[in-house]
Parts: sequence; structure tokens; C-alpha cells
Amino acid sequence: MLGLLPLSAGRAAVLGEKPGAARSRIGYLPQRRSFDSGTRIRGLDMVRLGLDGARWGLPLPGALSRSDRLARERVEEMVELVGATGYASRPIGSLSGGEQQRLLIAQALVREPEILLLDEPLDSLDLSNQGAIASLVQRICESQGVTVLLVAHDVNPILGYLDRVVYFAAGRGVQGAPREVIDGPTLSRLYGAPIEVLETSDGRLVVVGTPEPPAHHHDRHDHG
Amino acid sequence: MAELAALSWNPVSDYEQLTEFPFMVNALQAGTIVAVMAGAIGWFMVLRRQTFAGHTLSLIAFPGAAGATLAGLPLALGYFGACGLGALVLAAVSGPGRAARSGESAAIGTVQAFGLGLGFLFVNLYSGQLASLESLLFGTFLGITTGQVATLLSIGLVALLVLAAIGRPLLFASVDAEVARAAGVPTRALGVVFLLLLGLAVAATAEITGALLVFALLVTPAATAQQITARPGPGLVLSVALALAVTWVGLTIAYFSPYPVGFWVTSLSFGLFVAVRLCRAALSRRLIAPPVGEPV
Repeated sequence: MLGLLPLSAGRAAVLGEKPGAARSRIGYLPQRRSFDSGTRIRGLDMVRLGLDGARWGLPLPGALSRSDRLARERVEEMVELVGATGYASRPIGSLSGGEQQRLLIAQALVREPEILLLDEPLDSLDLSNQGAIASLVQRICESQGVTVLLVAHDVNPILGYLDRVVYFAAGRGVQGAPREVIDGPTLSRLYGAPIEVLETSDGRLVVVGTPEPPAHHHDRHDHG
Repeated sequence: MAELAALSWNPVSDYEQLTEFPFMVNALQAGTIVAVMAGAIGWFMVLRRQTFAGHTLSLIAFPGAAGATLAGLPLALGYFGACGLGALVLAAVSGPGRAARSGESAAIGTVQAFGLGLGFLFVNLYSGQLASLESLLFGTFLGITTGQVATLLSIGLVALLVLAAIGRPLLFASVDAEVARAAGVPTRALGVVFLLLLGLAVAATAEITGALLVFALLVTPAATAQQITARPGPGLVLSVALALAVTWVGLTIAYFSPYPVGFWVTSLSFGLFVAVRLCRAALSRRLIAPPVGEPV
């Protein structure tokens, strides 16, 4: 969608343009990238890079330039939107996974994209952070009027927020509204493995894989 | 060794003493140019975790200089030629992305060892004064000509202008390559340009501090600055300021003392780094003990 990989066949259009041409209208959050504690750059600066990091030349300091002041305000607004104001001025390497993820979502949002592309945004977060980030994304989707397209292996934390689901497995795909697609038989057929969809007492769906019958494992190591 | 000047502790007369001889004025000017360059480019190098590449370039400067001596060419040509070539080789062996970066260090190490071996060969072939080996490795701070200062100034200006032009996308690509690429930043090309800049900075610095002591100006001020602040702008300024301070103070002490400049510059920057690390450790210990019940 960002035009980073060449098409192997066929044609694609993103927001009515060729892939890559619409890149400034898409906010992108790649699959989990963590910043280790040696990364000495502030969360605020990370968000700011999302705004104008691709531009050449030096920015004028804030006191001299109106656009710099506007940029700062925009960055602060985004940081507040994702609820990261309390720690945005700490080095990003010193923050927890959930905190980093909030700032990275702010970074992806700062240019007012029409599409927010999230690759595994909940990956390697703990349960409470998964829920918090999922509802944050939902809130942003509505308040900012942005289409959120996200890729996830574990569908459960986001199930309640989805408008449309596309499943890909084994070279095939299924798509539709969550209630249409997400049922035991459809998913089991798609994945070729037993999958159950349960409904909780408050009407939420939960997808679980049922354990496979104990299989006989072949020893792949050579003896000796 | 010439008779040592005596420090009078009177700033005016000490300054007059310090600038009495043209060689010392040249050294101060060249040191200033080199410190600004090394401070700024070093800051990016530390941020990009390319200190090993920088180290290799500095070692490649040695065979370059030794080869130039052997061929009767100007020393500067050897330094800049070798570092430029080295930067291109490093750019070729280092693939894009973080995964490539781990395999990269082995390839870089290979280049480094080969470079050192070549330098050793050249020095052996030259078989001239062994004193030149020492100055290649540890610098000739006090033998800098006015012409060298002019060359350094033009190289420094070009390097800083290029750095200013690519600074922001380079910062983006350095801390967050994947998103930078998605935003249209040519990360790979920037990496090559940066390695070339690094080569320039290393060559310029090596001319003065020698191949082995380049790091005193290239790494330590930058690493110290990054310990002090995580803001990019002030961090860069601080890195340059520290490099300048270390150079000036080192030159001054060396002028009034019997010990070489290289020693003073390295010890000063090392001392600064350690002091800042200790301060930070003390500070964070105080900050880490949170009030009971506070969520972490």
C-alpha cells in the first residue's frame, strides 16, 4: 500500500492513486519495533519526526518561525490525544511497550492521514495494554475520522471494534462483517484446523483454537 | 624537546604566550574546525550506532597515510583518499535494515584487519624514520601548516553544509528507519552519504590526533552529550561544545606541560564522560525510588 514492494501481478490503487503516490495520506505503524534503553531520543521528537522528518534542510528554531510553533502545537495535540502527555518528554527507550506504542500511534497520526495502517499494534503488549490500545484506536478512528486498517494474529482484543474482517490463510481469503465471517465452521474450514467461536455472557465473541489430538512426532534429529 | 612555557595564571599573558608561535595558532584553528566537525558528525554516528564503522575508518586512515608517505604524496591525500574509499566499501558491505547490521560488524572487522595489515606493510616498505609511524598513529597536532588549516576549513564547511541539508531525514532514518522509508526518505542513500561524511570527519580528525585517537573527538563528546540530553538540537550543540572545550583545553595544557596533546585530549574527554555517567547514575537512583503504590 505504501509502494515499498513491487506488485507481482495485477494493478492496485490506493486512495485513487498509484501505491506510493498516496504515501503522505497514510499513517503507518510497522510491526512491533521496540526502542531499547540506549535510544536517547524523546517521545516528542519521535512524534515530530512523523510530521516533518522527511523534509530536507534545517528547521528554524521555534522562536523565529511560525510553522515550527504550529508543528509543536500539533505534536502536543497528538500526544494528548493518545494520552501520552505525562511521559512524552522522556527518552523513548526508557518507556514501556504500551507507552511506546501510544507515542508511535501519535507519530502515525500527526500528519492527519486518511488511512491509518497498523501492523500488529497489539503484538507483545500485556493484556491490559492490549485492551487500552485497542479502545484508543477505536476512539481515534471515530474522533479523527480516519480509516483504520490493522493486521492482527490475535483477533480477540479487537473483535468488539471491527466493522469489517478479511481473513487470509493458506492462500485463500474470506471477508465480511465480523458476525458473518467469524463463526466456527467458516474459520475451521479456512485454517484447516478446529476453531471454535464462543459468545460471552455480555454478547462478545471469542475465537479459540481447540487443542489438536496428540500427534505422533517424528524425531527429526539424526542419532549419533 | 624545547623548553616549556610556564603558566602564569594570568589569562591575558597566558593567551599571548599560547598564540605567540604560528604553529600553535594553526593548531588551535585546525583543532577548532576538527572539533566542530567531529562533534556534529560524531553525534549522528553514536545515535546510529555506527561507532564500529567510525573506528574502522579511523584505522583505515593509517594505511592511507602510510601509503601516501611511501608514494611521496601529501599526507592529507592519503587520509582523505583512504577514508573516502573505506566509506564506500563499508557502504557496500552493509546492507539495509537492522537485521543486516549484526552481520555487518563481522564484515567491517574484516575490512579493518586488512587495512591495518596494509598500513603495517607500507610502514615496513618505507623503512624511513620510525618517528613517522608514531605521528601517523598518534597525530601531529603541532606540525600543522597554514595551508592545511585552509584545506580543513573548506572540507569542514562542505561537510557541515551537507549535514545541515540532510540532517532531519538522517535523524529520522537513524532512529526509525522503517517508518522513515515509508514516508519516502531514501534511507539507503542517506546511509551512504553519512558514511562518506563520517570518512571526511575521521580523515580530518586523524590528521591532527592521529589514527588511534580520533575517537576522543568523534565518540566521547557525542556520547557524553547524549547522556546529558535526549533532545536532538541541544544534543548536537552540546556535542560540538564539548569537543571544542576538550580540544582547546587539551591543547593549552599540552602547551604548558611536557605531555603530548593526544594524551590530554583523550583524558579530558574520558574524564567528562565518566563524570556525566556518575552524575546520571546518582540522579536516576534518586528518581527511581518512587512513592509507594505508584504504578510503574
